[in-house]
Amino acid sequence: MSEKTTQKEKSSRQSMPEQKAEVRKRNFEEVPLGYSKEAAMAEAKRCLQCKKPSCIEGCPVGVDIPGFINLIGEGKFAESIKKIWEKNSLPAICGRVCPQEIQCEGKCIVGKKAEPVAIGNLERFAADFERLYGKGEIPSKMKSTGKKIAVVGSGPSGLTVAGDLILKGHDVTVLEAFHKTGGVLVYGIPEFRLPKSIVASEVATLEKLGVKINCNTVVGKSVTVDELFQEGYDAVYVGVGAGLPYFMNIPGENLIGVLSANEYLTRANLMKAYLFPNVDTPIPMGKNVAVLGAGNVAMDSARTAMRLGAEHVSIVYRRSRQEMPARSAEIHHAEEEGIEFKLLTNPTKFIGNDKGRVIGMECIKMELGEPDASGRRKPVPLKGSEFIVDCDLVVVAVGAGANPLLTRSTEGLSLNKGGYIIADLENGKTTKKGVWAGGDIVTGQATVILAMGAGRKAADSIHKYLNWGW
Amino acid sequence: MYKIVKREEMAEGTVVLNEIEAPSIAKKAKPGQFVILKANEEGERIPLTMADTDPEKGTITIIYMVVGKSTALFKTLKVGEGYQDVIGPLGQATHLDKVGTVVCVGGGTGVAVLYPITRGLKKMGNHVISIIGARTKSLLILEDKMKEASDEFYVCTDDGSYGHKGFVTEVLKNILDKTKVALAVGIGPVPMMKFVSKITKDYDVKTIVSLNPIMIDGTGMCGGCRVSVGGKTKFACVEGPEFDGHAVDYDELMKRLQAYREEEENCRLKFEASKKAA
Ligand SMILES: Cc1cc2nc3c(=O)[nH]c(=O)nc-3n(C[C@H](O)[C@H](O)[C@H](O)COP(=O)(O)OP(=O)(O)OC[C@H]3O[C@@H](n4cnc5c(N)ncnc54)[C@H](O)[C@@H]3O)c2cc1C
Ligand code: SF4
Ligand code: FES
Repeated sequence: MSEKTTQKEKSSRQSMPEQKAEVRKRNFEEVPLGYSKEAAMAEAKRCLQCKKPSCIEGCPVGVDIPGFINLIGEGKFAESIKKIWEKNSLPAICGRVCPQEIQCEGKCIVGKKAEPVAIGNLERFAADFERLYGKGEIPSKMKSTGKKIAVVGSGPSGLTVAGDLILKGHDVTVLEAFHKTGGVLVYGIPEFRLPKSIVASEVATLEKLGVKINCNTVVGKSVTVDELFQEGYDAVYVGVGAGLPYFMNIPGENLIGVLSANEYLTRANLMKAYLFPNVDTPIPMGKNVAVLGAGNVAMDSARTAMRLGAEHVSIVYRRSRQEMPARSAEIHHAEEEGIEFKLLTNPTKFIGNDKGRVIGMECIKMELGEPDASGRRKPVPLKGSEFIVDCDLVVVAVGAGANPLLTRSTEGLSLNKGGYIIADLENGKTTKKGVWAGGDIVTGQATVILAMGAGRKAADSIHKYLNWGW
Repeated sequence: MYKIVKREEMAEGTVVLNEIEAPSIAKKAKPGQFVILKANEEGERIPLTMADTDPEKGTITIIYMVVGKSTALFKTLKVGEGYQDVIGPLGQATHLDKVGTVVCVGGGTGVAVLYPITRGLKKMGNHVISIIGARTKSLLILEDKMKEASDEFYVCTDDGSYGHKGFVTEVLKNILDKTKVALAVGIGPVPMMKFVSKITKDYDVKTIVSLNPIMIDGTGMCGGCRVSVGGKTKFACVEGPEFDGHAVDYDELMKRLQAYREEEENCRLKFEASKKAA
């Protein structure tokens, strides 16, 4: 290894300036504040510019990572963002929410001996710099083809399809069930992790490019997929996400104060209930909050509860720390904010008072047994270890499934056992002619970048179809 | 914006009718289905079952009781103004069939929801008996329309100011004693639906009720609308709003409807105060 390398490895990762835990745990402002120019350039210089960069293999959409980092190092920020855009149209979002530790950064060579290059932070920097100081150039569009495409769902996968196809000269309309666009990015992921103005600015760019957006349109109810074809659409992309909340199916779950994370987060984020009574949507203010589950959704719920003024918030998870599926940054931030982790613990029933409000839950201790189908050690209850946890609010964040609203109303669309749409992972084609699908409604709840990647592949395939047929 | 083209106050101004321009919803909507409305940017999403639709004119009609801040805000909207968002049609349509004699029982603003169903049942060729009720005469709504849609028609008021003095359930019981009824539809306040169902159960008459739990999205993604029916949890927005009246856990529903009572009351008082100040 050359001397240069060793020197670089020694230099430590530029830390991300953040709001202090004591302060931020009571406000909804973004936690990490972003790199300065100097910090970004210094961090960029830690990249070894490998000949065979393994970080790219770790990125689901194959961003030219050394390429864009090198440009940041040279202070060429405008060029840098263009390099990222070649593969990723939502970098301000991905830089903030990708699980980098198991993707690009997990593969970074520097990470073998020191902390990996902060690829996510740099991606975020390039995108934020462009949004704040860039010329706001919009890419040029190809000649109009006269073909009409309906994109159902405005989450990351739908927005990607819309962006790619409008540039190829097609006429694109996004149909969204909610009154606002962005999918999980607006209703699920909180402001303190992903400011809504960023999502809004991405959507505004699409609109500038000519994408039409029809909110308040529930496909399957307001209009069906087949009716879209009758209305003259040539192709339909289905990116409706995995929005069906799972519950525990244990006694007492319908008590007041037991909410799905979808409901809790939608109230807080989409409806901005944290501003109640200045907005009209209320949200339960728990003093003693238990959040069930340990994924990103659970962390977001727990940290939201803390910000709404809870005295005590705990994550209740039936497995151990190693198995927690959330991004490591979220777990770390949650701990810093004083959220307790009750691990190897599983609720068995909810306890209510005479008004039907939850006042506690009975839990049982778990221990890890043999590995299960997911490869993780299966939690098994320890007989006789039941105990009571007091709480006045429970947020259930134990996963989500496929919402049947659209799929049930669409003939010819094959589904798998879980109700997810069967689509070719290479091109997003479903079993119904002219219909593509991607994102969480195909894979189950996954990640923003995978949903985007699926959208990109489908957009290529739709473009081919519109030119050359199915 | 979804423009209000007609506005009427009923029941001493406690109930308001809005006819709203929403052509694509009007084209698709069927009796029993609902919409979600949001007045403005800060507004709450409020589910309301449609009282009527006019596909040709491209309008839908909603009738709501002014109870909290959101409906108080709705009440301030004039003809020509409108709602920022209207989403629908949502939920399952009523299964309208020819079954013979049906009894339609409505209380309060539930009568608004009952009306299109009653009309639909009549159109299918059923013999329709309707009973509507309110606390007092001036609070009755849609009397003429319900009368027109029915073969036999009864009115009740709690204070006896009009029609039968007493509850709709008493008239219902009399009818069931005399007549062979194939289907009952009960729509109104939860306690009313509970007691209607209790009576029809004694007479073994199939009963449909329309539930109004708290909702957000109306598409099955939040679970806020869950109700227990036959011991199973159902999402009322997608599997309902109509359910088998004999299987619904009304007590749970009544409690769940109180979830935000305190918050709502504070919000309403604040709104009333700001209206006065302005
Ligand atoms: C709270 C939370 C936190 C998360 N955190 C992270 C994270 O940190 N990093 C990460 O990578 N991933 C995270 N995820 C997962 C990630 O957000 C999803 O994988 C991703 O958003 C999926 O994108 P999508 O486009 O497939 O669907 P979605 O984002 O779910 O968008 C689907 C859209 O379709 C709309 N829709 C649904 N049905 C219909 C219909 N019938 N008609 C019209 N519109 C419809 C919905 O309203 C929604 O707007 C998180 C998820 C949640 C819920
Ligand atoms: S998109 Fe995600 S995985 Fe790819 S480089 Fe950016 S942060 Fe890494
Ligand atoms: S209102 Fe959200 S699931 Fe029914």
